[in-house]
Parts: sequence; C-alpha cells; structure tokens
Amino acid sequence: MIAIAGQRWRRPPLIADVRLRWALIVGALVYLTLALASLEVNWNRIAEGLPRALRFIAAFFPPDFVSRWGDIYEGLLESLTMTVTSTVVGIAISVPIGIGAARNVAPWWIYVSCRGIIAISRSFQEVIIAILFVALFGFGPLAGFLTLSFATIGFLSKLLAEDIEDIDPGQAEAIRATGASWLQWINYGIQPQVMPRLIGLSLYRLDINFRESAVIGIVGAGGIGATLNTAIDRYEFDSAAAVLLIIIVIVMFAEYSSSWIRGKVQ
Amino acid sequence: MLRIEGLTKRYRTGDLALDKVDLEVPGGQVMALIGPSGAGKSTLIRCVNRLVEPSAGRVRLGDTEITGLSRRELRRARRRMGMIFQEFALVERLTVMENVLSGQLGHVGFWRSYLRRFPQPAVDAAYQTLERVGLADQIDKRADALSGGQRQRVGIARALLQQPEILLVDEPTASLDPKTSRQIMRLICELCAERHLAAVINIHDVQLAQLFVQRVVGLRAGQVVFDGPPSGLNPEVLTRIYGEEDWTTAATRRKGTDGGDDDALDEERMAGIV
Repeated sequence: MIAIAGQRWRRPPLIADVRLRWALIVGALVYLTLALASLEVNWNRIAEGLPRALRFIAAFFPPDFVSRWGDIYEGLLESLTMTVTSTVVGIAISVPIGIGAARNVAPWWIYVSCRGIIAISRSFQEVIIAILFVALFGFGPLAGFLTLSFATIGFLSKLLAEDIEDIDPGQAEAIRATGASWLQWINYGIQPQVMPRLIGLSLYRLDINFRESAVIGIVGAGGIGATLNTAIDRYEFDSAAAVLLIIIVIVMFAEYSSSWIRGKVQ
Repeated sequence: MLRIEGLTKRYRTGDLALDKVDLEVPGGQVMALIGPSGAGKSTLIRCVNRLVEPSAGRVRLGDTEITGLSRRELRRARRRMGMIFQEFALVERLTVMENVLSGQLGHVGFWRSYLRRFPQPAVDAAYQTLERVGLADQIDKRADALSGGQRQRVGIARALLQQPEILLVDEPTASLDPKTSRQIMRLICELCAERHLAAVINIHDVQLAQLFVQRVVGLRAGQVVFDGPPSGLNPEVLTRIYGEEDWTTAATRRKGTDGGDDDALDEERMAGIV
C-alpha cells in the first residue's frame, strides 16, 4: 500500500534558488569580515585607556548629593515639569493627529497630511530638534518643553494610528449601523478598543520624555541634563554621580509604576 | 415597508455580489435569506443600510429612498433599521448597558452620549429591554465577560433600542451552539411579533429557518432563485439554491412533520426563552 515508504522530507528553504542562497550567505560573511578588519582596533590605546577609565570611575565615588543639592534639586524639578507638561501637551496634540493618520477612519487627504506631520516629527532625533529650538528660543526649559512635545507627537500619533488601523472592524461597523455621528462612532466604536494601548503608550512616553530631558539638557534645553553637564564641565564627578543615580532611580520608578498601571487597565 | 428594486453590487475586485435583486418585505414579516457562502446575503442586508454602498438599484424604507440620501439623512434613516451581527459585534470593553444604550446614538447629541447622560426614556427603555431579553442582572458587566448567547441578547437589545421599524439580522446563530441558536432565533421572532417589526434574517441553518420564519428567500450568485413559504423548500429547490447534494434527509424530515407544522411552530414560539 505505501509504495513511497522511506521517502525523506525536508522543510522547503526560505530562498528556493540554491545559487542565490549561497551567494547571499557567502557575501554577508565576506562583508562582515572586511568590515571588522577595517575597524583598526588599536590594542595599545585600549590598554592605555583602561587605567584612565578606572580613575574616571573612581572619581564618581562617593557620590556627593550635598554640595550641589540646590542645583540638582532645581534641575530635577525643571526636568520633571518639562516631562509632565510636554507629555500632556504632546498627547493632546497626538490624539487628533493619530486619528487622522489611521487609514480606516480618515479620508485620504487628512490621512496624507497627518502622516506627513508624523514623518517630519519622527525624522529628527530629539537632540537635533533641541539644538534647533535652543537656537530659536534661547537656553532653558522652554526649548526642552517644545522639543519633547514635538517628539511625543511623532511617537504617539504613529503608534495610535497603527492601533486604530488594527481594531476589530465589526465593533466599529455595529456602532455605525446605529446611526451614530462620526464623533460618536469614534467615541463608542474606536476609543474603547484602543484606550488600554493609548494609556500604556502615554506612560511609556512619559518615561522616555524624562530620560530625553536629561539628554537634551546637555545641548542647553534646561533640566537635570544641564545640571549634569555643568557638574562634568567643572570636574565635579561626585556631584555628577549623584545626578546619575537620581536619574536611574526615577527611571526605575517610572518603569515599575507604568507596568503596574498597564496591568490594571487591560 | 422595505422595497428593493434592481439592487446590484459589484465590488472593486470585479466580483458581482448582487445581480438586479428585487425584493419586498411587508411590515411585520419575518423573512429568512438563505443561500451558500458568497451568494451575497451579507452584502444584501448591508446595502439596505448602506454599510456597503450599492452600485445600482434602489432601496426604499417606507417613504424614504435610502439610496438617494445624503450622509446626514442616511444617519437618520439608519436609526430606523436595527442590525444584529454574526459575531455579535459588541464593543467588548464597554459595559452591557453602554452597549445597549449605543443603540440610541442616532437619537442623542455627542456630548450627552460622551458623558453617558442618556435621556431618561432611553434609559428606561434599556432597562426594560434588558429585562425582556433576560439580562437584567448583567447590566454593569463588561461585554467581553458574557457567554455567546448572552452577548447576542445584548446585540438584540441594542438593535431594539434604536426603536427600529425593521431588523437586519446577519447570521445571528452562526457562532452559537444548537440550543442557544434556537433560543436566539425564537427570541428574535417573538420580539418581531410583539413589536410588529419586519426582519430580514440571513441564515445558514435551513432547518432552523424553516422552524421560525414565515417566508424564505433563496439567493444564489447574487440572484433570487426562490421566494416562498418555508414548506416550499423541497430537494429540487434546495438544489437550485445550494447546488447538487443528497437532500433526502431534510426532505423526509419535512414530510414527517407536515400538517402538524403550524402547531409545532406555535408551540416552539410559545415556549419562551429558557
């Protein structure tokens, strides 16, 4: 009955053409080898650098929270203010743009313009935008606030739009069938479906904005980053260490609390 | 009540889903629409409330020509057509009450609905309807916490809260077990009788349809190939609708229950919901 007993079976390969498959593998290996060889790793300089690194790290200890506490406190407050305000403003602007950038909800011309805004916001890294805003509005937290708000829009609108595009169309269709207006349709048919993710993303963005506020402070946009930068410029590594520790603690706190909240809203 | 003339739908892919369908459903009549998958049943009822835009033809509900309406007018017309779905299509994260009240969305303004401050008569109607479909004790549960049969009852209550003149019902029992299916079909037909509602019910299960409805329309490849009483569904007709198959079991079963048919039907419908 089974004339084909003993026949072997193999999973069909991802790339069917044997020659193409091997050409890709060999090509990738050759490139990787050449690229690594071109890095010119200078072991002598690494050896010299190591003790310097140790001295540098040693200068961080013990962290000094006291002597510059006034500056640290001020920078911290500025950063937190910047973070919260920019996140709230960013979300407020992101929601309409995110809705507009969802293909299943918006007409094409709104879709195209909202996607355009998102693309612009996403194409620049925070530091670059911060440099621009510092040049426009001067040093200080205003530039930081604007930078973070702007960056939040690109992040949140895009992810919100993608979530809206992934909704269960049946639920939305049912609301449309009741004779609901467009706004009611969004409020009843779409919003409940994307709300948990919107809350999760917003908390995540709050977290990111705090970390970014430390980075953009270095280019003059105020906040704890500015304090950190000053401390390092003055070779006060012990104060810098204090700042870094505080940043770590706050980020960890944000991380744990946001994952706890996300668990609650599912 | 509902009058469909020359209704045609060709999808952008080129598929002809409906081919010049003429159909009339008088007030209070419960009609089953049967046919193989892809025959255009879902498209037909979605063309009635224009969730799917028809390519040609006319749909009239009472004196209103649905096919000629502007967006705003269409919304007003949709209030008069309650829709019930196969996968229930409840908003999963909203409560039972919110889902039922969403049937009122066409009647209230945005802020009222946004703040969930529906007019008292609407809230009264929601309580009443939930009581009627047997969900009085589930009001503040989230829709996704309910069983399939309970969900479909919420779907029915939502459709009723629109105060519709006609129900458009898309495969109400396809996601349910046989017993729940019968209960749901019975409930829908009872409610139609109570409120003198017309209904168009898409349904796969021919025997279930025969049990509950007054009229059966068979659709095949977008055309009406049968229109008559449930007792008219003999093997020859079933072959015309669904294609070649040995229909003898269904036919003999019908022959056996012939005569006492109406009594049996009445008994079914009087049995109430369990």
